[in-house]
Amino acid sequence: MTRAGMTATLIWALAALIAAIIAIRARYTADLSAFLPRRASATQSLLVEQLREGPAAHLIIAAIAGADAEARAAVSRQMALRLRTNPAVLVIDNGNEAQLERDREFLFGHRYLLSPRVSPQLFTAGGLHAAIGAALDVLASSAGPLVKTLFLRDPTLETLAIIESLDASHARHSAAGVWSSPDGTRALILARTRASGADIDGQQAACAALERSFAESVAALPPARRSALTFSMSGPPVLAVASRATIKSQVWRLSGLSAACIALLLLGVYRSPAVLLLTFVPVASGALAGVAAVALGFSVVHGITLGFGVTLIGESVDYAIYLFIQRSADFRRSVWPTIRLGVLTSICGFAALLPSAFPGLSQLGLYSIAGLAVAALVTRFVLPEWLPRTVRIRDLTAVGSCLERLLARLRVARGALLLIALLAATLLYLHRGVLWSRELNALSPIRATDMQLDEQLRAAAGAPDTGYIVAVAAPDREAALAAADAVGTRLTALVERGVIGGFDSPTRFLPSLAVQEARRRSLPPAAVLRARLDEGLQGLPLTAARLEPFVRDVEQAREAPLLRQADLAGSSLGLVVDALLVEGAAGWSALLPVSARDSADLPGAAIAQVRSAVASAAVGAELLDLKGEADRLYAGYLHEAVQLAFGGFIGIVLLLFVALRSAARVARVVAPLALSVLTVAAAFAALGHALTILHVVGMLLIVAVGSNYALFFDRAGVHPAEGSLPLTLASLLVANLATVIAFGVLAFSSVPVLADLGSTVAPGTLLALLFAAMLAPPVPRTTPQAALR
Amino acid sequence: MRAPLLAELRERRRALLPPPLLGCAVLSCVLAIGGPPLVSSAAESADESAVFGELLELLAERRHDHVTFTEVQQLAILDRPLHSSGELLYDAPDRLEKRTLEPRREDLLLEHGMLSVERDHHRRSVALSDFPQAVPLVESLRATLAGDRAALVRYFTVQFSGTLARWTLELTPTDATLKRSVQHIVITGETDRIRTVQLRQSDGDTSTLTIGAEVVP
Repeated sequence: MTRAGMTATLIWALAALIAAIIAIRARYTADLSAFLPRRASATQSLLVEQLREGPAAHLIIAAIAGADAEARAAVSRQMALRLRTNPAVLVIDNGNEAQLERDREFLFGHRYLLSPRVSPQLFTAGGLHAAIGAALDVLASSAGPLVKTLFLRDPTLETLAIIESLDASHARHSAAGVWSSPDGTRALILARTRASGADIDGQQAACAALERSFAESVAALPPARRSALTFSMSGPPVLAVASRATIKSQVWRLSGLSAACIALLLLGVYRSPAVLLLTFVPVASGALAGVAAVALGFSVVHGITLGFGVTLIGESVDYAIYLFIQRSADFRRSVWPTIRLGVLTSICGFAALLPSAFPGLSQLGLYSIAGLAVAALVTRFVLPEWLPRTVRIRDLTAVGSCLERLLARLRVARGALLLIALLAATLLYLHRGVLWSRELNALSPIRATDMQLDEQLRAAAGAPDTGYIVAVAAPDREAALAAADAVGTRLTALVERGVIGGFDSPTRFLPSLAVQEARRRSLPPAAVLRARLDEGLQGLPLTAARLEPFVRDVEQAREAPLLRQADLAGSSLGLVVDALLVEGAAGWSALLPVSARDSADLPGAAIAQVRSAVASAAVGAELLDLKGEADRLYAGYLHEAVQLAFGGFIGIVLLLFVALRSAARVARVVAPLALSVLTVAAAFAALGHALTILHVVGMLLIVAVGSNYALFFDRAGVHPAEGSLPLTLASLLVANLATVIAFGVLAFSSVPVLADLGSTVAPGTLLALLFAAMLAPPVPRTTPQAALR
Repeated sequence: MRAPLLAELRERRRALLPPPLLGCAVLSCVLAIGGPPLVSSAAESADESAVFGELLELLAERRHDHVTFTEVQQLAILDRPLHSSGELLYDAPDRLEKRTLEPRREDLLLEHGMLSVERDHHRRSVALSDFPQAVPLVESLRATLAGDRAALVRYFTVQFSGTLARWTLELTPTDATLKRSVQHIVITGETDRIRTVQLRQSDGDTSTLTIGAEVVP
């Protein structure tokens, strides 16, 4: 080894060590945050915060199906019993009667703090007369049998007022004494995990606890009743755990599989395990550098970024292939400049992704730039030094000559390319309306089947996605509750006018202390209340003496402490408050989900009215249209990705102009790339597969990888003396096969982003090679000396 | 991307709605109008048993009814009874409606196994299957209309007395759930018309529904 070689090796070893340390110490994540924007509006960050950390991110809906209602209910009860003592699960709710009874008792016990009707006016003689008179009407109605038992303690029916103020358009279904889906085919359980939304290990433990408790509960049944009972669950924790598992297994399996396939290919070509190992040195160095760069540039490395690492294998393995196969005596002068330009074009393309607001894209950009640069540098400075002088690589000149003849024949058919271009353009034009996927879900690593299950269970639980939320931000809890009270008053008016169907608020179960205090103050002392009852009950079919239990309860309520959030802890009402009243980084937020009257979507006029009502409360509240927000988010991503990719393409063209200094040569290099992108896009359109951001990234990759091919053809045409044409052709074919293998494997991934990328790049690079070959300038049949000029 | 699961929580609260009230409430409606469940098992003489069969056939022939009613409830917690009034509607075989007009409007409807109540412009619907406590009553009616006597004896012992011109039926629940809230139901009538339905609850409170004139549409 030369002195320079020693130095290069030393630098390489040192850099690899540092990169390895950085990579080991880096934080990795596999949650959905890769798909959430880095620079978010206040609205979006609330959305993201809710999704990742909010109490709603802790909820699991589980369903037990099969067998009969009794067996399902038995399992549901057993599961609830087992899970109540499980530390991974904070709250478990299967809708059993005892639990509902506890909730009702809570509302009954705190009715004078919770009822919106409690005011000094209610407890005047006239107020009591009116309220009790109305209560008697209820007593005479179909609700009579129920309120009869409450009447003497709650003759104004405050409990009923509270219950009726709840959004009660549908009742919860039950079968055999437990919560059931409306069609009665599944028993439902709602569980809240102790682990936060970001703690996927903790979520996994909770999911496992649910599954285990189901298995144990079924095993506890008599064997005859066990048959056909099935368990399914969904909700953010389940989806997060599933997506992490999917990404993890895919990253390892696919990287391993494509590395193995490429190794097999190269072993067949080189017939030398040593050279094969050397081929992977730039790849491994590049991957390590990529991870280290992302770890340094971002606070956390997304699992999906590692998945994209496969893309790096696809391109960086090419450099070593060019080095070994083209075997030029003077690699540095004849092959390296072309590789260098190829690397620069790729870096130019990936650099365009860096400013993306979509963390998945910007990480991919940085990972690829660092990875490719390092892989190229290692190929240039380290690898040649390590190559044993005695090594014998199979001469592919024969294969190359064969390719050369094929090339000549292909070139004859170059006219067909015009036809292909026309056909592709026509297809794209015809499908222009349905070209792009408008679903943000298209990016999610969650499998379609899991998504369907989630929707099914939500439907069964009567809980479709909440589309509209009024968010109130405040410095502290009390201020948030007071603001929620103010907004709630205005929303109530809209409900009464029929503009909206209903709304939720944390203040239904936890009014602000000021409101509670005011309600408590309006309760008169026993003697006063008795006197007012005497007067107020005139003309009603009962005397004040009968309502002594009422007087006692009011007296008790005057002395009782005010309700705090902690009083609700662990109850199912607490779940509601915890979800609607959340502490964030910048203080407290109260969330008031608004539901439409009939359909899932609020009409535009209603949205405007809610907005103005919310604004009139002047408490810094804002109506969030979650679905619209998600759509805008995605539209923003897509728009940005297309722009960035286009920017990258322009950058590549400019770079080529600087390097080649000839419009004709640039055109010859760019034409096959543009044509293959067009063809691939048209193929997707024809197959009815809507394009996502990852297809756009894939197209950028086609240009980045394909530019290497086009540049080699360009070199062969312009400087035929530099390197042997047959060997160049052979190396291009092998390099392309390696790329097609790497991305082809990716195309079979069940993670949509990886599959989209793979299915774009694999055929795209193959076409890029083919088109570049067909459009290559004819190689002048001159002697090397003549070409030297 | 999923929106938060807040709606799930809202769903939790819906569960707080008192479920049993509708079940009990439908009782008078069902019995008053749909024709009583008639089972001859307890009929004392062969003569009465024959009248019984005749009555059953007469009642089954009625396909539609629209009448007024008044209801008086005697509650232990009150010093004086509560009065209400309104209209009852029946369409064979499974649609029953009790429209209370005074003192407070309320519309109670049983249709195809769904029970709904509308008060103050709020309508609430539940599937009858969610309220097993109401099933015996409703099922007894359905079974009567369908001529399914076997289903009736599952829930009631029926005592028939009187003549076809003026008859009395006493229904005593055998169903354990129903027994807890209902002591018995006494229905009186003249030929194919029901006149009164008296329901005595287990706590001694009674409600008496008296059928008035036919409402001419």
